[in-house]
Amino acid sequence: MILATTLSDCLAEPIAQRALLACLMIGFANGFVSAFVVLQKSALKIGTLSHALLPGIALAVLVAGLTQWSALAGAVFAALMVGLGSLFLSRTSRLDQDTAMGILYTTAFAGGLLILTKLDIRQQLDEWLFGSIVGMADSDLWIAFGISAVAVLALIALQRPLLIYLFEPNIAASLGVPVRLLSYALFGITILVLISSLQAVGCILSVGLMVAPAATVYLLTNNARTLFWGGGIIGGLGSVAAFFLSYPLGWSVSATIIVVLGGLFVLAYIFSPRYGLFSSRKRV
Amino acid sequence: MVSSSHVHDHGTCGHTHAEGHVCWGGGGDASTHHHKLEVSKLRVTYHEVLALDGIDFSTECGRSIALIGPNGAGKSTLLKSLAGLIRADSGNILWRGKPLTRSSHEIAYLPQRGDIDWNFPITVRGLVEMGRYPNLGWWRSLSRHDNDIVERALTAMHLHDLQDRQISALSGGQQQRTFIARALAQEAHVLLLDEPFTGLDKPAQESLAKLFHELTHEGRLLIASHHDLQTAPTIFDELLLIKRHQIAFGTMKEAFSKENIARAYEDVSAQSASSHAHHPTEH
Repeated sequence: MILATTLSDCLAEPIAQRALLACLMIGFANGFVSAFVVLQKSALKIGTLSHALLPGIALAVLVAGLTQWSALAGAVFAALMVGLGSLFLSRTSRLDQDTAMGILYTTAFAGGLLILTKLDIRQQLDEWLFGSIVGMADSDLWIAFGISAVAVLALIALQRPLLIYLFEPNIAASLGVPVRLLSYALFGITILVLISSLQAVGCILSVGLMVAPAATVYLLTNNARTLFWGGGIIGGLGSVAAFFLSYPLGWSVSATIIVVLGGLFVLAYIFSPRYGLFSSRKRV
Repeated sequence: MVSSSHVHDHGTCGHTHAEGHVCWGGGGDASTHHHKLEVSKLRVTYHEVLALDGIDFSTECGRSIALIGPNGAGKSTLLKSLAGLIRADSGNILWRGKPLTRSSHEIAYLPQRGDIDWNFPITVRGLVEMGRYPNLGWWRSLSRHDNDIVERALTAMHLHDLQDRQISALSGGQQQRTFIARALAQEAHVLLLDEPFTGLDKPAQESLAKLFHELTHEGRLLIASHHDLQTAPTIFDELLLIKRHQIAFGTMKEAFSKENIARAYEDVSAQSASSHAHHPTEH
């Protein structure tokens, strides 16, 4: 009873309403995209990129002051620099791309930390690192909505060639699928969605939001379509559930989102009828 | 080098079989003559290393070619070049008299089974339907005609009962047949297969060999890399022996000689100090 009143009190506040809506949208978009991240096996690359966003944002704040748009531009710039920079380093030296990326992103991340500390906006630093879904303004919500809509619609439009490409790039190319175009498109969409999840869960936890939902569904289905719609639903509903859970418990929303999604994954891992730990059809 | 003159004996590109031959839906001109694949002076560098040089052969629909050579001889590179996946530095690949520039639905590429993510969430039917992509593009949904073609491909490969299975729940032979069914759904004339017999048990190898004969008899051209020198002459009717350069090309009778095989494998055996020159095992 008390819980119900606290929740309804909470929902009466516009800040909480916005946060709830943001959880649903960002959770869904990230969950949807996570299907493609899982199929591309690029979870670690996403982790790298999400860290690389921080210095870009810091630089943008340094140059243009803190606005949504400057942060967005800085994040895109940083992701491109690390992504293309590592490619360039690996092509022009004997290092492979993973090594190059490892150096670039940690250096960039550390540089970003230094800039943000010097800027004397410690409060914001924590928000970028761990998210602040509760502190979202209307404009933030619109940006999150725009990004989510573009990402999900683009992925729906590209799903056929994209799935062939993710299945086997050589087969895709031999069938006339524009493989290079698709890899860039997927990269671009991923960065966009990462930026929106930065707001919600911060750059350190954003990988979880972008991997866990579809990884959970991956243990339950053999259907690609179920994977991305299911990922979206788990991402969206999981985030909303985490929001309601975090309020009475006084937990951080972002951390709760990742813990809830991680918990759902563990449940699927153990109890999945097809690929779970106790499944009789388990393959070794 | 063995000459590449052939006797046109069997398996023309489609005028013996009205139903289900290679030129299904291919239209009129296709059924009247042999489709030729001509490769001349092909030279390919891959990752800045010379992978192939002086590849020169000509063949046509209704034949099957074993592509044989030691590890690193460039077999996969040649298959990928023929599939249009790797650009050649120089030389020509002519298919039906025209340069092979972009991907063509008439040419299907089947990668090694080891290169495939068998856990990918796709069913047998879903994979076969991929073959319709060149006709459908990004958005058009499968028409009745497309579905008929997919059905026929599934039936021809005896996969009808397995069509809803996820692809990891198949035997090696069934997996290989699924990929061939995809090529059939694509209405491919030429099938380029990378080590299709690798990892199959004896019965599966035998049934795949039988399938190869059927496919060539229907008028398709099969080019497959192969590492088992003992089985090659019974499965294929032509041999393309390479070690970066072309060592021999011709019918099995002409080209499959001790001398040629020794020339392809001699350095390998010298280097590895093994005496397996005639029956190298390659994985």
